[in-house]
Formats: sequence, structure tokens, C-alpha cells
Amino acid sequence: MDKNRCLLLPLLLVLAMGIGYAVLSLPDHADGLQKVVAVKMEVSGVSNPVTAVLLNFRGYDTLLEMAVLLLALLGCWSLAGSSLQVGPASGPVLDTFARLLSPLLILMAAYLLWSGSHAPGGAFQAGAVLGAAGVLQLLAGWRLRPCLTQILLRLALIAGLAAFITIALLMLFLEGRVLQYPPDQAGILILILETVATLSIGVTLAALFLGGQQEQKDKQ
Amino acid sequence: MNAAFFYALVGVGLFCTGLYALIVYAHLLRKILALNIMGSGIFLVLVALAKRTGGMAADPVPLAMVITGIVVTVSATALALTLMLRLAAKTGRAELPEERRE
Repeated sequence: MDKNRCLLLPLLLVLAMGIGYAVLSLPDHADGLQKVVAVKMEVSGVSNPVTAVLLNFRGYDTLLEMAVLLLALLGCWSLAGSSLQVGPASGPVLDTFARLLSPLLILMAAYLLWSGSHAPGGAFQAGAVLGAAGVLQLLAGWRLRPCLTQILLRLALIAGLAAFITIALLMLFLEGRVLQYPPDQAGILILILETVATLSIGVTLAALFLGGQQEQKDKQ
Repeated sequence: MNAAFFYALVGVGLFCTGLYALIVYAHLLRKILALNIMGSGIFLVLVALAKRTGGMAADPVPLAMVITGIVVTVSATALALTLMLRLAAKTGRAELPEERRE
């Protein structure tokens, strides 16, 4: 074991030096695709370049990413029966804290979503904050009623991917290319997509935190 | 060497640290954490190298890739943790068997 570790350290050092050298040998100044994006910004419908890349120029990435989130959750649910047990109601401190913080987190998610069109922010950040609110509530012992988990939860989970696929297909028929928005409507289309995606991401992250527990409860 | 390269080298360091932990430790939780640290190193390299534009705004394409990558990492981590819990529930342990050499 010790002999292996002695061999491993120099090997990793060589690897680190190799990658480090590769990084350092890159040119000092590189614009990358920054100028290409800047030229096309006016047809993107938003003024934040990162949002434009995520939702417009490379919307395909985001579409597949929603699919990855959904697949991961399906994987977690099919592995139900894990020993993960979040305790029931926790102490009054967490309870009060969750009650106080959740509205603020939801408000903050809405702000991040809205500001994504012109400043850093957007669907993923807002979704992460929304997911955090959900996790906080779950930790404080809050559970969805079974009647809600059957349909509504599943609808919220697939809404993001469904909206993406719907708009992608719509654009395929109207504009001739998948996810190619007409410049005039690009802003509103991106806002719709981001809103639905935020909801889906938030719910998916909270559901991922819960793991297979939900399904287990359904069976009981 | 400007700040961008400094952060990129820190990212390379994180990646290699994570790789070391991934190889050395047998416990699966540590391996999952190590994979996350490796991922963070890669994100840091991407974000740092996107800022080589002089005074102008950073290259948005790597930044968008990192946002995508973070979400994928989170979901992959959740799936890995569920797998680990399932393994622990089945076998009572969450470690890979140590290699025996006598």
C-alpha cells in the first residue's frame, strides 16, 4: 500500500505539471467567442451574454440538461428503498427559520430569474435558490400531501423539459430550425422558458434531496 | 503571469488533489467528494481562462458551459449518493473492498 502511494504521488505530480504547462502555454490574451457573441447580441432578445448563450445560441445544451436532471431524478426514484430518512419535525429553531426564510428565498428566486435577462442571474441560479427553499422546508419536516405528489409534482418536474421541447418543435415548424427564435419574440420566449425551467429545476433539486423516500411512501 | 492563469493553475491543483483522493480512499462517500472537487477544479480552469479578454467582458460561452456543468454535477452527485445508500443498505458497508496482498 505504501509503495503504491509512493508511486502515485510522483505520477500525479507529473500529471499536474503537464496540465499546468498546457494551461500556461495558452496565449495571454484570447477573446474566444466573446466577439462572436457580442455581434449577435441584438437578435438574442436579452442583454446578458451568458443568458443569451444558455437560452438562445446554445439552447440545445440547456434542453439536454433539463433531460439530464429528469433522468437523474428517475434514477434516484427507481433506487427507492434507500436508508435515507430525514427525521420528522425538527426543533423550533429550524422550524421558525424555515418559515422566515422561505418567502425570502422565493422572492430572491423571482428576482434572479427576472434579472437574468440583463445581469448575472437566470433560470439555474433561481432554480437553485428555489431548490434550497424546498430543501429547507423538507428539513423542517414539511411534506407534500399524497394527492399533490401524484400529478402536480410530476407535472412540475417535467414542465421544464416539456416547455423546451414544445418551443423547439414550434420553432422547427415556424422558423425552420430547432430553437431558432424570431428576434422580435426572442425575449418573451426566453422569459417563458426560463420561468418554467426555474420551477422545474427547483422542484427537481428538492426532490433529488429527498431521494427515493417519496416513492417509498407512495407504496406504503 | 496574470490573475487568470493563477486561478487556472489553482484549478489544476484542485483537479489533481481530487484525483489523488479518488484513487487513495476506499470509502465511496470520499470518492464522490473527490469527483466533486475534480469537477470544481475543471470549472475553475474554464472560468479563469474565459477572463483572458483584457479589459473586456469575459467570454460568455465557457461561463454558460460551467453553469450547465454545475447542474449536471449536482444531479450526478445525487444519483451517486443514492446508489451509495442503496449499496450500504444491501451490504451494510459503503466501501470498496480493500485489496489484499499477503
